[in-house]
Amino acid sequence: MSYDPTAAGTTADAATTEGPPTLPTDRRTGCPFDPPTGLTAPSDEPLRRMRCADGHIGWLVTGHAAARAVLSDPRFSSRYELLHPPIPMPGLPEQLPPAPVGDIIGLDAPEHTRYRRLLTGKFTVRRMRRLTERVQHFTAECLDAMEQAGPTADLVAAFAQPVPALMICELLGVPYADRERFQSQVAALFDQTAEVEAKGDAYTALSHYLNELVLAKRAEPTDDLLSDLTTSDLTDEELAGIGGLLLAAGLDTTANMLGLGTFALLSNPDQLDALRADPALAGQTVEELLRYLSVADPIPRAALEDVEVEGRLIRTGETVTVSVQAANRDPRRFPDPDRLDLHRGATGHLAFGHGAHQCLGQQLARVEMTVAFPALFARFPTLRLAVPPQEVPLRDRSNIYGVISLPVTWDKE
Amino acid sequence: MSDTPQPLLLSVDRGRCAGAGMCALTAPEVFDQDDEEGLVVLLRPAPAPEHRAAARTAVGLCPAGAITLDPGEASGRLRTES
Repeated sequence: MSYDPTAAGTTADAATTEGPPTLPTDRRTGCPFDPPTGLTAPSDEPLRRMRCADGHIGWLVTGHAAARAVLSDPRFSSRYELLHPPIPMPGLPEQLPPAPVGDIIGLDAPEHTRYRRLLTGKFTVRRMRRLTERVQHFTAECLDAMEQAGPTADLVAAFAQPVPALMICELLGVPYADRERFQSQVAALFDQTAEVEAKGDAYTALSHYLNELVLAKRAEPTDDLLSDLTTSDLTDEELAGIGGLLLAAGLDTTANMLGLGTFALLSNPDQLDALRADPALAGQTVEELLRYLSVADPIPRAALEDVEVEGRLIRTGETVTVSVQAANRDPRRFPDPDRLDLHRGATGHLAFGHGAHQCLGQQLARVEMTVAFPALFARFPTLRLAVPPQEVPLRDRSNIYGVISLPVTWDKE
Repeated sequence: MSDTPQPLLLSVDRGRCAGAGMCALTAPEVFDQDDEEGLVVLLRPAPAPEHRAAARTAVGLCPAGAITLDPGEASGRLRTES
């Protein structure tokens, strides 16, 4: 499931100890789209020493080429129990527990490969494109409701959350009507300020829910992904765990890209005008917003042996924290990286990660965003923030960055 | 990518493939994914000139390093398709 022990932390304040700095996490006021201050390094320093939340001295990777190298190298492990947590959080255990059953993010080959191969066929480019009409349907439904209730709305609650939630629920076969049984639980799992106990409760509640659902699918299969998977050799426990992971990933990632992405486009009117003038720019818009915002960050790995990366020797056992948001602002890969430029050709960004763990649902996310952004701006040509930009509340203590809410308004026809 | 794409010969390693779909997304004339495991299917090992730039991009984007390219005729080497 999506319980991410790398995110389970303690108040242990490593910042008071001597040595290299901890992971920068604070954004400059008024710069909600830029990486935390001090995260991006001079371009001649693609990796540097970093202190983890437990005091371990590891590495921070901020260069694009170095990030690709680490994420695609099987000598760097994803197993949680080998990692030192990059981010301090309440209740950090001495050693991180291994991945719970079904959380394939915390596994290496060959276990990871076995699970992933059961899933990749369900998320192919072709299959996800076939969902375009469903995404259009859900998008229109949300926009209708938003328009009727307007001319003001919280874009997160009215649009950014429900569109991907409706889609992932239908795809998996999770009743959207049950969302009070999983939505806040998923949010708690990603919340870096939540106590370990609260995370545990959320995880247990989500597991119970998915176990019930899996048993129901086995008894009476329906036309959906979870039912499909009941014909595989997965146990109930594995299936519930994987279901939870897919649900959490589907609920909380695209939603944050839609909310924060809308905020970014409204804050860059010349770019928004370009998209409005040419809806065919939607695909490039999505790639550039992924690069520019990189909401799922950082990605930790543990060296299984000594590995040299760009001339620096990473020792066995050291944790390497890869910041994809920093890598996606590497000027050697993306000139003038702090500028949102829909025409730049942002392909090659690392917002979905890289290597064997690269985001399984990325083609779904692309379809959702490629449909949703143009539909939103076509429906509300006068869409604008209803509050000053500095008053938009940010999710800056979550594993997935975004806006908590986005108050918007528009002129009624 | 180059303005005058040279001939190229591609091969894929389905054992390494992560099924992320970057190749099928980037160069759909050249790569596909099977419906069962979502792993790479090489449609055109020697892509036509108009598809070569996209194919080269796909090689670079592959998260698993599962696609390799040989500068086919240019080097005179040939490689068996896997």
